[in-house]
Amino acid sequence: MKSSSVLLTCLAAAIAILPLCAQQVEHKASSQAPPAQMNHASSSADSDRGERVFKQNCSRCHDAPQSFSPRISGTVIRHMRIRASLSEPDEIAILHFLNP
Amino acid sequence: MATAAQDGQGQYVPLLSGGVGFVTSTNAGNTTYIPVISPLLAAPIGNHILVESRAIILDPFSPNGGGKPGYNGNLFLGLTYLQADLLASKHLTFVAGDFLTPFGTYNERLTPIWIGNFQDAPLIFSVGTMETAASVGGMLQGSAFASERVSADYAVYFSATSTNKQFTAERASGGQGSLYFPASRLEVGVSYGRQLQDVHESFEGAHVWWEPADTALRLRSEFAKGAHAGGYWVEADYRLSRFKNGESFAGRFEPVFRMQQTFRSRLDSNDGLPTANTQQADFGLDYRLPHEVRINTSYSREFSSTGNRNIWQTGIVYRFLFPTWRGK
Repeated sequence: MKSSSVLLTCLAAAIAILPLCAQQVEHKASSQAPPAQMNHASSSADSDRGERVFKQNCSRCHDAPQSFSPRISGTVIRHMRIRASLSEPDEIAILHFLNP
Repeated sequence: MATAAQDGQGQYVPLLSGGVGFVTSTNAGNTTYIPVISPLLAAPIGNHILVESRAIILDPFSPNGGGKPGYNGNLFLGLTYLQADLLASKHLTFVAGDFLTPFGTYNERLTPIWIGNFQDAPLIFSVGTMETAASVGGMLQGSAFASERVSADYAVYFSATSTNKQFTAERASGGQGSLYFPASRLEVGVSYGRQLQDVHESFEGAHVWWEPADTALRLRSEFAKGAHAGGYWVEADYRLSRFKNGESFAGRFEPVFRMQQTFRSRLDSNDGLPTANTQQADFGLDYRLPHEVRINTSYSREFSSTGNRNIWQTGIVYRFLFPTWRGK
């Protein structure tokens, strides 16, 4: 096997393991909550609409991330607004859903 | 960079996302092993700009033939896209740079390794995406209108010729439009592309995506046609997570099926499609592990006048998503 193949395989494994560990630490610190839990915690109409918009748009291509830092929630939604050509009201609704 | 929460809503720290995986493909008896990393960076600037890029690093290697020991392979590093997006209004976004060519749905939506149900792109992937699937130039896109009953999206682009190794593109233009009906979860769209260098050629495409209400079924399909060849693919997947508890053993399975067919009217060695009319059936079974890890497996049977063959593929992909720094 070529040495570059071995190196890339090791690098891929390392990158896969490190964020897993970091993610578990972040879970324990409870600095973030999965979108599903956020949804249960909120009964606002905006959040409900956001959940519906999320299911109708985002989850047609991919499942919701199991969790992510609230520090990037705005960035995620702006990225998805461009990728999925979301309307501005839909962008705001999903942002409410992720940040009730 | 914008890092503070805006309007008490989201925070805009740049993010690093992507997928890392290891996949194998056995095509007509020849096995290739592919370690792959595909990082994605998205960095907001102010309230209206986003700079985003995705790259791919892979090193396919396979056993030496002829009874020779060892493996051979080729490391590949490439930018998939690098673009700046300006949110000019609620209906219009300017895109500039090296962007994914908007034709059909697969190129823009399903190429990330952590999203696609199958490792291989559809056979008609190269139709309308101008060989490299990327364009260098500008694009206008956005949501033309959106209501509770229907929403309409559009994209129009122009690409210049680029021979730069990382930003290869052909001179071309085109666009697409789609309608989405939220109540029935139905999307229909059309695409058009025109190659403006060498032999000028037009490409037409159409797509239909449908998620029947109150079912776990998801249907996707695309049709594309060029001057030399065309074809279609239809993909169905059944998400047991909707039927069973998503955390249960059974609820993590996702059976997938894709049917493809290509038709050739004239031979063109550069269009990326099979040289003869081809039918292919893909049977897949994906399994979602905790912590954003997914196992993909598939078996494909290809039928063609040039010969039938089996394709077996397996892979494991981890999807990561985290901020690039702590922020405020």
